[in-house]
Amino acid sequence: MLNVAVEHHFGSFVLDAAFDSAGGLTALFGRSGAGKTSLINAIAGLLRPARGQIVVDGEVLTDTVRGVFVPARHRRIGYVFQEGRLFPHLSVRQNLLYGRWFAPKGGGASEVDHVIDLLGIGALLHRRPANLSGGEKQRVAIGRALLARPRLLVMDEPLASLDEARKTEILPYIERLRDEAGVPIVYVSHQVAEVARLATTMVVLTEGRVAAVGPTAAIMGRIDLFPLTGRAEAGAILATRVAGHDPAFGLTILRAAAGELRVPHLDLPVGAALRIRIRARDVMIALQPPEGLSALNVLPGTVAEIGRADGPIVEMRLDCAGEALIARLTRRSVETLGLAPGRPVYAVIKSIAFDHHAFAGTAPPSGADAETRHG
Amino acid sequence: MTALLSFSPEELTAIRLSLRVAFWAMLCSLPVGVAMALLLARGRFWGKSLLNAIVHLPLVMPPVVTGYILLLLFGRRGPLGRLFAETFGIVLAFRWTGAALACAVMGFPLMVRSMRLSLEAVDRRLEDAAGTLGANAFWVFATITLPLILPGIVAGMILSFARALGEFGATITFVSNIPGETQTLPTAIYTLIQVPGGDLAAFRLTLVSIAISLAALLASEVLIDRATRRAQGL
Repeated sequence: MLNVAVEHHFGSFVLDAAFDSAGGLTALFGRSGAGKTSLINAIAGLLRPARGQIVVDGEVLTDTVRGVFVPARHRRIGYVFQEGRLFPHLSVRQNLLYGRWFAPKGGGASEVDHVIDLLGIGALLHRRPANLSGGEKQRVAIGRALLARPRLLVMDEPLASLDEARKTEILPYIERLRDEAGVPIVYVSHQVAEVARLATTMVVLTEGRVAAVGPTAAIMGRIDLFPLTGRAEAGAILATRVAGHDPAFGLTILRAAAGELRVPHLDLPVGAALRIRIRARDVMIALQPPEGLSALNVLPGTVAEIGRADGPIVEMRLDCAGEALIARLTRRSVETLGLAPGRPVYAVIKSIAFDHHAFAGTAPPSGADAETRHG
Repeated sequence: MTALLSFSPEELTAIRLSLRVAFWAMLCSLPVGVAMALLLARGRFWGKSLLNAIVHLPLVMPPVVTGYILLLLFGRRGPLGRLFAETFGIVLAFRWTGAALACAVMGFPLMVRSMRLSLEAVDRRLEDAAGTLGANAFWVFATITLPLILPGIVAGMILSFARALGEFGATITFVSNIPGETQTLPTAIYTLIQVPGGDLAAFRLTLVSIAISLAALLASEVLIDRATRRAQGL
């Protein structure tokens, strides 16, 4: 459990943010300058807020009313910095073990081996940070923070300085961390795709304030938040399971509450859970079940909400058997089709739209990875 | 050639004394130098620029003035000199210990300057990172800051040592030029030049002086390079 309420002034910038998190991975999402880093600095004890209270697992770490401020070194909050901040004069091994000198005893050597194994850094132990790639540095930085036995891990855009290939290399490790290590994580990011893939809970920050908090799928599906979450990348998250494979055409069939989806083959067993993101701009709307169309995926639903028009483009939320789907259309199409809340429609999604940005939580699709529409 | 290398006992004494004085001057000013560098690099207090100026004063004042001030303060009747003699039994005036003090004072600004520069170059975010891993102020300094500023410390020590070997004005003013007690290489050379027939000996000691200085500078290059590589993780 994490409860945060912080107020602090930096010149003319005011940070006044509060949120609670029940565990898992909480993403602090917002543009640069929204106050994300200041907020986790306050959580980690690197920033003493003018007013506020920070409670982790019932222990009060900051309480300006009662004059409580536990120094960073006693908080047991692991911090993974954007630039890694590995100690240049120490080997990878010494970096990893640094926090263990000061951490409460226990766990033994098996814990060290487990973390080294989890992050795949066994071959790097005798190297110096200067000789590591960006991705390796960040994995070591994560390991160093974990081995200090933190009760909470905060990560400040750990992938921001990495190229696309290195990001893909590290994301699975962060997922394993979230699912296996059992340490709650607060994760700062301004990348929608990253947050959609990793976050259980999403906190949207704008200009030092919290605009919304909630489960990631619910927040991502909110049309009113698109100006903050980014219109171009806007999309809905669906929880699916692998229902079967179609080897003849190299397709995998996913089942969601909204219906079945055919996507390029995924190397996953039948029954595996998969979180996918369908971007609003990949969804077309039809009034009748379409025929003579190349798109394989057609989901029936009703128009639930039409967003405020901003120029020629309009977003709308569809209700597909209880699940939200976001579609992005021109204002002209909305008028021509006579779309209004309550109207039954069919959402059409090309299978090819399911590139590596769509899949969250497991291995990327084997066939669609070559399509890199966003670099 | 053999005449050039046959040192008289007095000359050997001067060489040994010079090395001893320079060594102790460097060693005793080391902890004070680190503390002063920390204070000047990290401290925020009223009068910091004044303190900085005072530390640098021996660099710009005529050495004879520094020597005279030391004589006034640490002489037999000086307030500090009496205090040292009565409480610790250490007499500085006209002793080799006084020569070491004079050399330490003269080399102090060079030492502090070198350490301060390297302290200011330390990425303080690394110290924050060590803090989040549980290290307190002492351990952060011992395990992060100190190894990172080691090149600056080594450079400061060498500079102080080299300055001490060449110190003349403050030494001769404060502790005079007593063979076997306060006669270091520079003062010995000075004396020999004044005496008829002392040319050869003066030349000998000049060569020794050059050799020691050169060795110190070369050693410093190697040590600083090694420490820098370590600090940068290369």
